[in-house]
Parts: sequence; structure tokens; C-alpha cells
Amino acid sequence: MSEQTLTLDDHEHHEHGPAKGLLRWVFTTNHKDIGTLYLIFSLTMFFIGGMMAMVIRAELFQPGLQLVEPGFFNQMTTMHGLIMVFGAVMPGFVGLANWQIPLMVGAPDMALPRMNNWSFWILPFAFTMLLSTLFMDGGAPDFGWTFYAPLSTTYAPPSVTFFIFAIHMMGISSIMGAMNIIVTLFNMRAPGMSLMQMPMFAWSWLITAFLLVAVMPVLAAVVTMMLMDIHFATSFFSAAGGGDPVLFQHIFWFFGHPEVYIMILPAFGVVSQILPTFSRKPLFGYHSMVYALIAIAILSFVVWAHHMFTVGMPIGGQLFFMYSTMLIAVPTGVKIFNWVATMFKGSLSFETPMLFAVAFVVLFTIGGFSGIMLAIAPIDFQYQDTYFVVAHFHYVLVPGAVFGIVAGVYYWLPKWCGKMYDESLGKTHFWLSFIGLNLTFFPMHFVGLAGMPRRIPDYSLQFADFNMMASMGAFLFGASQLVFVYLVIKAIRTGEKAAQVPWESAEGLEWTLPTPLPYHTFTTPPVFESKL
Amino acid sequence: MEHSPDEYYVPDQSIWPIVGAIAMFLMLGGTGSALIDLQNSDSISLSSSIIMYSGMAILIFMLFGWFGNVVEESRRGAYSAQVDISFRYGMTWFIFSEVMFFLAFFGVLYYARTFSVPWLGGEGDKGIAHMLWPDFVATWPLLTPPDPELFMPIKEVIDPWHLPLINTILLVTSSFTVTFAHHALRHGERAKIKIWLAITLVFGIIFLGLQAEEYIEAYQHLDLTLNSGIYGATFFLLTGFHGLHVTIGSIILFILLIRVIKGHFTPDNHFGFEAGSWYWHFVDVVWLLLFVVVYVF
Repeated sequence: MSEQTLTLDDHEHHEHGPAKGLLRWVFTTNHKDIGTLYLIFSLTMFFIGGMMAMVIRAELFQPGLQLVEPGFFNQMTTMHGLIMVFGAVMPGFVGLANWQIPLMVGAPDMALPRMNNWSFWILPFAFTMLLSTLFMDGGAPDFGWTFYAPLSTTYAPPSVTFFIFAIHMMGISSIMGAMNIIVTLFNMRAPGMSLMQMPMFAWSWLITAFLLVAVMPVLAAVVTMMLMDIHFATSFFSAAGGGDPVLFQHIFWFFGHPEVYIMILPAFGVVSQILPTFSRKPLFGYHSMVYALIAIAILSFVVWAHHMFTVGMPIGGQLFFMYSTMLIAVPTGVKIFNWVATMFKGSLSFETPMLFAVAFVVLFTIGGFSGIMLAIAPIDFQYQDTYFVVAHFHYVLVPGAVFGIVAGVYYWLPKWCGKMYDESLGKTHFWLSFIGLNLTFFPMHFVGLAGMPRRIPDYSLQFADFNMMASMGAFLFGASQLVFVYLVIKAIRTGEKAAQVPWESAEGLEWTLPTPLPYHTFTTPPVFESKL
Repeated sequence: MEHSPDEYYVPDQSIWPIVGAIAMFLMLGGTGSALIDLQNSDSISLSSSIIMYSGMAILIFMLFGWFGNVVEESRRGAYSAQVDISFRYGMTWFIFSEVMFFLAFFGVLYYARTFSVPWLGGEGDKGIAHMLWPDFVATWPLLTPPDPELFMPIKEVIDPWHLPLINTILLVTSSFTVTFAHHALRHGERAKIKIWLAITLVFGIIFLGLQAEEYIEAYQHLDLTLNSGIYGATFFLLTGFHGLHVTIGSIILFILLIRVIKGHFTPDNHFGFEAGSWYWHFVDVVWLLLFVVVYVF
């Protein structure tokens, strides 16, 4: 540590704090500022998308139509999905990446700092455009977050045009953000840190960023073709002109399936940082973890049509996509095995980040198992478009992606703001979230298997009890996130000063830096010595 | 703030990203409302046009300002060798993202030719789709779409061995000329750089002119339009986006030419030039693929 302090003093004439005033946040090129902006934006979107989920669950509290019109219900399910995917989860992980990647690989900042600012500041404008559709004639997009043609072309409300441009902006933002991360990891690592010595969080983001650069352009392509079908009389998704609505689904899911891993791989990375710290053991099987990530990324490009088993694919296609999908369970199983092996015979302690990480391992595995059930084509014919699918992807996204982000925030918050959060409040937040989400999503497995369709505001009477449970769980989960906001504000305002290494046996370059962090760190690269 | 040359250059603050975000918002928002205007009536309202064009103007202003900053920093020597590598990686991955964008469009063409059109014609696994339009005959190029009421039949498609062949020769040659310009730059022969770069630019502009000529021909004489079913849709999608990229590439070449004339580049430090030529080569490769699968076969 003394060495680090020395380097900082040495370069004191370079050190300067943040600029004054609110405009600092607008013009900033500092990765810490931009990371904070991303995280605040993500949390805001999490609450807006969460409110929509509350509307959905309130309507589904009892059978029959009570609160909202079916059309508005459709707008809520659509916007909830879009906002959570593109507004909450993805920016949340980019926020973690912005904060942590330069700190973890010993870089002075992101490789392309101005572009980093642009990546962020496109997002508020994109979501302003998307949310403004709620107030337009004909309402917001109501065709589901997967926006299948022709629902999203021939039968779409006029606001679909703004939806398309909003998606374009989000895509541009994501591509630039991902490029920045790739360049930073390839070019800005501390001298002596080879790729195979990078922290797992950095590895997970390298793979994620590659997926983003590869598939976000495909999303841009598909919405462009929608725009042309709507406004320029083309027939990409209309059989009357020789096109095919199923083509839309193929292109969408060619983007969509890697997108699913974009939302989970960084969470793998976060958990792979946290489990070793609180198990007081190094990560089990680092190399196999890296290879598993790469395998998952490659396989993600050849499994997309498992989202479309019932669309009427040739039998050969169904078999191929069924087996390739089940193959993904192998590298994923390797990762889960390694996490468990990391904890095995470790000296475990259960601070809040660890609670979230352990819950991640357990609950994500449940979501993975229901995924294997859905991968089996003949069985999927039963489950297609039921609440079983909703249960499956919420199990991988809520205790998966969201818990990953939250665990990361708890783990690194003491470093970022130099203050400790209130541990008992953190544990309260965890347990309320844990109970709330299981109460919400576990019953959905049962109603789904019994045949309750998704995206419908009403349901048969026999589903009433489980739906009421799910709604109460959702309200509990939603309310308990307010505890998190309170906790973060409290930590920043009145938290105790955090130690330089707040967690016993935390490893990594980020912990060699003083607390509170200076505005600029690693202006001179640190010397990295491998512990592997 | 002083930066020692071996330190990675992190700019302090910049106004340009937020200007760019606002520009994008106005441009796309304005375009969106203009398109909706056209859906409801036959004209674009004044407010939509003002928003759209002001967005474009601000975007151009931003590009000049931002690139101006980068050029100035580069010439003052703020960029270390490591920064230069960042730019190279950045440009490489940007081109990769463009490749994926075009890949999706090529995929659409492949899907239409291999699956959707033959299926609609009664062939293969999903040939039952033929029931929808029993009179439909599957051919490629698809001159008569399944529903000729909704999507207009084409009289004839573009002959690949006239304008498209000339365009192919032009673009392939221009890939060589831009490389000659690069060689001249590496040897510091300024007069030669200007000549080769100017020739490349002229080829690019002729290409665009011929492409426009071809579009006019398609619309006026061949009834080949966006509305003529999947053949017209994929034809204009692929050639149109390629043409847009040639336009952007030509603007890049033009800026590079001005910068050469101003003497911005040195034999050792000219990444801007290289990035532009990479982009030009990429556009060329896309054209070759396009020439083969869109025009010839």
C-alpha cells in the first residue's frame, strides 16, 4: 500500500478533483462519474419498470378485470420488459463495469473516455423517447417486449415508430459501451497482467462486450426492417410479398438469445469475485471458469430457435436447437460446480454481498433447471407462452441478473463512497427480497404447468390462490427495494468510514487503492504480481 | 493540465457527447414524427421538419467539434502509442459491428431465397403455405409476389453486367488507389497521396452517381421498387445501406484529402488516414459479396 501512496504523491501535480457544479456530470469523462450515472439511471429505470410490474400484479391479484383495460395491460407488460432489459439490467452492469474494470485491471480510466460519456448520455434520451409513447395517441407499444411481427408492424400503434428509434439509440449506446470495455481490457491492463490473470469480473465483461458488439447491430437491423415494412411498403415480414413473419422471430432471437447471456454473464463475474472473498479461499477452477464463459458465448449463437419451437420449424431444426440448447447446461454446470467448490470447506461468513451471491447460486440454478425443461422440444409445446416461461426467465433475471448487480453494489460500495453501509439494513433488504421474489415467482411454475397463459390480464378461477400469493410477493419485493435506496443514501450521508480493505481477504488491484478513492486512480500503472 | 508523453491521455471534460446525444434525440424524434405525419396525411409538418433538420445540423456541428478536438490533441502530441492502439482496437470493433449489421441483411436474403419463397411455392417441409396463394409460382428473382394486389410485380431486374459491373470495377480499383495513397503517405510523397486519394474519392462519387442512375432506372422503367415484394425489399435494403456506407466513406475520404492538403499526417502518425482506408476496404468487400448474391446469382 505504501508503494501505491508513493506513486500518488509522486504525481500530485496531475491530481485534481472533480469539476464544480452539476454540469460536471454532463461533461465528465471520468469512469467513476460515468459509472455512478449508469447505476443511478439503472436504479431509476428499475423503479419505473417495477411500478409497471406492480400494475400487472395488482390486475392479476384476482381473476376478472379490475383495474386496467386489457390494452393498457399489454402496454404494461411490454414496457415492463423493455425497461427492465434495456434500462435496468444492462445499464446496471455497464455501471459496475465502468466503476470496476479500470480499478481491477489497473487502468487510469476507460480507454475511450469521451465515447464513454456519449454511451451513457444517449440513454436518458432514448428512454425519454420510449416512455413518451405512453402519452401518445394509440398508447405505448403493446406487442410484448419481443415485438413479434406482424403485431409490431401491421397491427402496431403509431408510437411504434418512436419505439424503433428508441431501440436504435439504446443499441448505439450499448455498442459503444461494449467497444470501450473490450478496448480497455485488451489495451489498458497493468503491465504484467496477462489475459488469463484478469479478475473473473473483467473476463465476464470481455465476453459480454463481445456478444454486445456482435448482436446489437442485428437488433438494429431487425427494427430497421420493421420501420421499412411500416413506412416504406416493403414485405420483409409479410408472406403476401414473399417475406415471412417467422423470419422476424429468427432475426430477433439471433439477437435475443445472446442478449440473455449479456444479462447474466456479468452477474457470473460479480459472484465469482464475491464468493472467494467470503469463503476465504481462491476461486476454484479459474481456467475452467474462463473456458466455460467462452463456451457459453459461442453456443449462444446457435440456440436461438428454442424460443420458437411451436412456430412450425422443420423437425431437423427442432432437434438441432434442442440438443444445442441442452449443451449449454455443460459449461453452466461447470460454473455452478466451481462456485460450490469455492465455498466447500471455506471459512464462510455471510455479509450482505455474500448472502446475495449465495442466493444467486441457488436460485439461478433453479432457473437454469426450468430452462432445461423448456429446452426439450416436445415438452416445450406444453409450456410455450405459459406462466412457466415467465417463472423461468424471472428466476434467471431477478435472483440472477438483479441480485448480481445488487451483490456487486454491496461489495464495492464501501470502496466507491468510502463509507460502510448499515449491515443489518442490508440483511433486511436481502431477506425481504429473497422471500418476496420466491413468493412471486415460485407459484408461477405451478400455474404455468397447469396451463395459465402469459400476457393475459384475466385467468381461470383455479389459478386464483397462486396468483394472489404471487401478487403479495411482488408487492413485498417491490417495497423492500425502498430499503435498498434508504440504505445507500444513509451509507453515503452518515455511514461509518470504510477501511481500505473492508472485507477480510478480498483480493484484487481495486483494494490496493486508498479509501476514499481519489478522483483519478492508476494514472501510473501499478505493478501487477500474479497470485495464480 | 500537463500530461507526460508516456501517460495515457484522459481528456478532462467534453461538451461534445451531450451535444451528440441531443442531436441524435432531435434527429430521430423529428424523423419519427415526420414518418407519422406521412402516415396520417401526405405532408410533413413544419415542426417535424424543424426538429429533424436541427438535429442533423447539431450532429454535423458535433462531429466537426469532436473530431476537431481529436485532431488538435493528436497534432499536439497528446496521444501516446498506447492511445493509438486503443483507437485501432476501437475502429476494428466498430467495423466488426458493421459486419454484423450487414450479416443480418444478407441472412434475410438467404432466408427468403432458401425458405420463405420456396415454401410459399409449395416446396419442402412447409409447402402447405402454398394454400394461401394457390396461383403463386416460386421463382428467383421473384418478379410476381404471392399477392400482386398488395405488392406490385416487377417487369425486369437489373442486369448485373452493365452498371453493377462498372461499379464493381470502380470500387475494386478504388481499394487499390487508396492503398497506393497509403504507401505514398508512408514514404512522405505528398503530391502522390493527394493524387491517389483524389482518384479514390472520384471513383466513390462516380459509384454513387451510377447507383442513383440504377435506382432511377429501377423505379421508372423496371417497376422494381420497395413495394415489389421481397425481391425489391432485399435489393433496396442491401444496396441502399451499402450506398449509405459509400456516402459516409466518401465524406471520410474528402475530409482526409483536406487533412492531407493541410499537412496533418506524417509518415509515422496517420491513424485517421488508416481508419478511413479500413472503412473503405470494408465497404468494398461488402459490395463484392453483394454483387455476387444480389445481382449475379
